[in-house]
Amino acid sequence: MIRFSKDHEYIRVDGDIGTVGITDYAQSQLGDVVFVDLPPVGKTLEAGAEAAVVESVKAASEVYAPVAGAVVAVNEALTSNPGAINESAMDEGWFLKLKIADTAALDGLMNQDEYDAYLKSIS
Amino acid sequence: MLNTQGRPTAAGEAAAITHATFTGNRALQQSEPLLFEIGRAETTGVDLPDVPAHTPRLGGLARKGAIGLVGLSEPETMRHYVRLSQRNYGIDTGLFPLGSCTMKHNPRLNEAMARLPGFADVHPLQPQSTVQGAVALMEMLSHWLMTLTGMPAVALSPKAGAHGELCGMMAIKAAIAARGEAATRTVVLVPDSAHGTNPATAALIGFSVRPVPAGPDGTVHVDEVKKRLGPDVAAIMLTNPNTCGLFEPDIVRIAAAMHEAGAYFYCDGANFNAIVGKTRPGDLGIDAMHINLHKTFSTPHGGGGPGAGPVVLSERLAAYAPVPFIRRDGDRLALVEDTAGSAAFGRMTAFHGQMGMYVRAMAYMLSHGADGMRQASEDAVLNANYIKAGLADLMSQPFGDRPCMHEALFDDEWLKGTGVTTLDFAKAMIDEGYHPMTMYFPLVVHGAMLIEPTESESRASLDLFIMTLRDLAIAVRSGKTERFTGAPYHAPVRRMDETRAARQPVLKWTAPAPAQAAE
Repeated sequence: MIRFSKDHEYIRVDGDIGTVGITDYAQSQLGDVVFVDLPPVGKTLEAGAEAAVVESVKAASEVYAPVAGAVVAVNEALTSNPGAINESAMDEGWFLKLKIADTAALDGLMNQDEYDAYLKSIS
Repeated sequence: MLNTQGRPTAAGEAAAITHATFTGNRALQQSEPLLFEIGRAETTGVDLPDVPAHTPRLGGLARKGAIGLVGLSEPETMRHYVRLSQRNYGIDTGLFPLGSCTMKHNPRLNEAMARLPGFADVHPLQPQSTVQGAVALMEMLSHWLMTLTGMPAVALSPKAGAHGELCGMMAIKAAIAARGEAATRTVVLVPDSAHGTNPATAALIGFSVRPVPAGPDGTVHVDEVKKRLGPDVAAIMLTNPNTCGLFEPDIVRIAAAMHEAGAYFYCDGANFNAIVGKTRPGDLGIDAMHINLHKTFSTPHGGGGPGAGPVVLSERLAAYAPVPFIRRDGDRLALVEDTAGSAAFGRMTAFHGQMGMYVRAMAYMLSHGADGMRQASEDAVLNANYIKAGLADLMSQPFGDRPCMHEALFDDEWLKGTGVTTLDFAKAMIDEGYHPMTMYFPLVVHGAMLIEPTESESRASLDLFIMTLRDLAIAVRSGKTERFTGAPYHAPVRRMDETRAARQPVLKWTAPAPAQAAE
């Protein structure tokens, strides 16, 4: 199951573990990513709290926790190769894995069809 | 065809061919290596006497190894720095349309005044009785800044816009602490079109930032502010006119809402040049605002000189202004340096600030007069609207075709599908001999191009700029993308690989390995 936020983040859910990253649209808007700041493993995040920072040649942006949870893993490979976000935003370019506090909160996010429609509405 | 001396008078067929030169220079535009690449250890431009016999008193800290400094002759040294200076582009070279930066002409009269010995040759540690004239100029500048802004107090010492922001926000923090609310008022509202320094300033002194979205018309609406107001809010930081080049129409209502909620109103004065003599920030309900002397009041800016960011304060914040401040006792002026017995939050700088900039700003104010400064603001706004009108049929505007203040904002809607980006367009402007405008800012506008011509430009200069941008825009629209995607073609340095520069920065020069001797 995959869900999307209006901030162009995705969370790919497997049980109560969610893999969070930015969407392909987000990476195309940011341009070449040059730096990523990831949270420490174990950090607890409220929904909407700043989870990570992504910096491209154009701008620096925050990545927010789409739902509340605790960070159980971060994608260390991004630190040395932030370009992975541009090449494979949806797979290799994931940011962090969250242990989701309450999976019911996912209902507040968009599914694939809703996100596609949202992209159409803003482009 | 040959003239009588047999000398060709026109370029031959090869005129269009471009090729790399042997030296790497582009005609008389010289390529310049680093000092370490052209210098030699055995050369020196100065004759120093041998060190006489002496007893070292460095307690064993004397340097042991060579540090590898290179020497150059005087002409080599001079050429190095002159060549570098020729690579520079400034307001003295040409139109500098960098939005939200107010790159205006620095009048030469300012320079002459700043070099008067009574201003130039004084030292901050001199007895104050010997620098009464310099302090009197500071008092006069304070008076003019307070009069132009309608505010009762000013702190002159901050040394730049962001430093001024810090000063104003520290005064707000001190006022909140004095009310016993330091632990509860911890949030600062910042519109998403703000200069990046605003949220950075708030965060630096321990506030958390709550963003306020701009409305679809590019301005901040009081209802959006009210939704985010509460007993936890310390202040709002708002730029007016804002970074979209628009006057905030709700500003008085926003100020009232902030005050009603027990919070303060910080105004970013970076764009003050648009409203000098037209509107007084004090009348709008602002509690603190920095003034960039290096923008609005024509002191050098961007490598040409240090900034200066005095902060004006409302009655509610005046008591917390940092030291030093000027106290007049009859004919005698004193800089009060001690915070004892006052609510001053401390000090921002070791001494009193940028004396040379005070003199230049005062020279600008006195030479223009109140009416002249008002006209400068009017001309700055007129020039921006002239550019906007000259380009509106070719380039798209994010908030519709309506009058702007001191800067004209375009977005990249008109570039969609052309294969040319805002960055490419800016690089092609370099080929045409113009410093690009502010790009990709404000962040709320996609592919933003923010053009601020200032009042310095003549109509002829504006016309040439408009015609150049029109020529570029027509080239985009007729599919001549190669003029953009490979630009700049004519600059001494071609397009940078910004991604690689950021991902693999080379921050330190290392000597190349010595050449291997031939076998």
